[in-house]
Amino acid sequence: MTAAAHGNTLAAWLDAWGFMLGNVAVVLIFAGIAWFASSVLPREPWRSACRQLRHRPMAWISLILLCLYALVGILDSISWRDALKDEQGKPRRDATGRIQLEPKPLSILDRICSPLRLQNEKTYSAPLADRQFSKDLVKDDTGRSTWVSAPLKYPGTHLLGTNKVGQDVLFQALKGVRTALVIGGLGTLIIIPFALFFGVMAGYYGGWIDDVVQYLYSVLASIPGILLIVSFVLIFGRGLAQLCIILGIASWTGLCRLVRAECLKLRELEYVQAAEALGVSRPRILLKHVVPNLMHLVTISAVLQFSGLVLAEAVLAYVGVGVPVDVGSWGNMINNARLELTREPVVWWNLMAAFLLMLGLVLPANLLGDNLRDALDPRMRRR
Amino acid sequence: MLTYLVRRLLYAIPILIGVNLLTFILFFFVNSPENMARAILGGKNVSDAAVENWKHERGYHLPRVWNGKEKGLGTLTQTIFYQKSVSMLRFDFGHSDRNNLDIGSEIRRRMFPSLAYAVPTFVLSLQIGMTAALLVAFYRGTYLDTVVLFLCVLMMSISTLFYIIGGQFLFGLVLKQVPISGYGDGLSAAKFLVLPVLVGIVGGLGGSIRFDRTVFLEEIGKDYVRTARAKGLSERRVLYVHVLKNAMIPVLTTVVFSIPFLFMGSLTTEAFFGIPGLGGFTIEAIGSQDFAIVRAMVYLGSILYIVAQIITDISYTLVDPRVRLG
Repeated sequence: MTAAAHGNTLAAWLDAWGFMLGNVAVVLIFAGIAWFASSVLPREPWRSACRQLRHRPMAWISLILLCLYALVGILDSISWRDALKDEQGKPRRDATGRIQLEPKPLSILDRICSPLRLQNEKTYSAPLADRQFSKDLVKDDTGRSTWVSAPLKYPGTHLLGTNKVGQDVLFQALKGVRTALVIGGLGTLIIIPFALFFGVMAGYYGGWIDDVVQYLYSVLASIPGILLIVSFVLIFGRGLAQLCIILGIASWTGLCRLVRAECLKLRELEYVQAAEALGVSRPRILLKHVVPNLMHLVTISAVLQFSGLVLAEAVLAYVGVGVPVDVGSWGNMINNARLELTREPVVWWNLMAAFLLMLGLVLPANLLGDNLRDALDPRMRRR
Repeated sequence: MLTYLVRRLLYAIPILIGVNLLTFILFFFVNSPENMARAILGGKNVSDAAVENWKHERGYHLPRVWNGKEKGLGTLTQTIFYQKSVSMLRFDFGHSDRNNLDIGSEIRRRMFPSLAYAVPTFVLSLQIGMTAALLVAFYRGTYLDTVVLFLCVLMMSISTLFYIIGGQFLFGLVLKQVPISGYGDGLSAAKFLVLPVLVGIVGGLGGSIRFDRTVFLEEIGKDYVRTARAKGLSERRVLYVHVLKNAMIPVLTTVVFSIPFLFMGSLTTEAFFGIPGLGGFTIEAIGSQDFAIVRAMVYLGSILYIVAQIITDISYTLVDPRVRLG
């Protein structure tokens, strides 16, 4: 479904500038991490949590793996368009003398992996094979026809084989990293302010604000998540940026409920009461005393939310409302390859590559979330 | 009890109206009937007459909320809002956009395959999850505990699609024990349901074992457990009789959260295994962009969620005599 068919200007704008939003998202995510590391980590309870995490090898391994994925994601996010070259290798210019650019931007990852990107075969080939996977009927010199699998153009270079149209599977799977990170990261970044704002307002101020917020999230939560997402996508169109916003809007209710419950507890604590008695203004109490004490909740659920969103992407692609088909993603890879296991002999490398790379991102995120929870929860620490 | 029930049902009404308004705004204000017609009839090359005709056949030609041409009550009733959205409050889902199917009777017919899949999955995963979690809680702090916990996180990190595709490959193609997909009438459906139910259980097991274990461990730290141990009860008896009963409330609370997930999970599972239930119905509707069906399913999903919530609250009184509803 294209945005034009919808006549929706917002959707058209997102279609045109969606890839830039991805770049902005990367910058935002790293700004957020940098801010978090510099302003929050030196304080308690984060300091002791960090000290604890130092003794947990699982947390470190997870963090390193996540950083590797992040690196691939960044390399694939910084992109620019090359100038079109004419026959003599000079940049081509249009009538007004402006340099003409390639229609599609290429990211650093594309440039690094250009052998993988450009060395395409005709069709399936097994990992590291030097011949095609399927056999063709070929006539030899004596006129007899035999079944032969044709030699590959680039034998032994495809670490994970090639897919149906001969593209390198490893490269396709690497392209999925950025999509997964953007969906998980941007989706989570949209959830947090929503959930924090509404949760704090409801929990701290109470009264009619609480009623309104509770009503809002009861309505949203009572619609099964996937149906809400599907109806949003049917209406706003498919696209990476749209999908992030939609996933964010559809899934802030869980964290909001948690934040509200925690706020109800915090409101009654002595230090908040003391601050109120001393006449500190309410916004200041919220910013200085309430929100910092919610950050552990937010961090843990952000990490878990992230892995949930990465998994959801694959399901959405299967349902037919995921990212556009021309965007490389694990969901699209799985969706395209879903009949390959019924082939004889079996083509397994497409599915395996997508599932393994997904597992390699989601498992560390879940493990890190668990370790954070253990390190931040004072009850767990005592045990 | 009865007054509580009535109050809960009354509280459900504003929520349902909210869902109704939300879907109405989404489908008729953000997305107009004009767009729907063009999406279904195909592209921009459709003549305006064809679009008008399509809208007339389905009653989308009416004004959205206020019909100035009518008199009296007609100003409100001769509108899309009244005819398409308010009618849903009476469980009248209308007809589908594409094939003019009666959605209500479709739902009644497809409900049973969905239930035949969802109910065994739900009951068995609850049972297996709790048993395994108790076992892990029994061996807490040991090597087994650590290994099982890691396995749980691993199982949670694997995509549902992997369980579905892998299950079909292993049991359907390699071992040839069950049909890969399809559905039969009556009892013959059982052999088609084995694999989907198995996949459904395995897919949710990791999360439920981990959650139940945390709940059990929380209970184990409490005073009554120490008392029970002090009076000489065996650890097994403490866990299975005392802790299990007291842990039921938080476990039941997650049940309400898993019911919409059942709906969501069955969406993909049903389509993959060819079960002609509500999930498969919805997937088809999404594929053919049938907005009327999607609208009806959103509404039905929220009704199910609200009903599940009320049932959970009532079941609290069954497991904990201290809880009084009123």
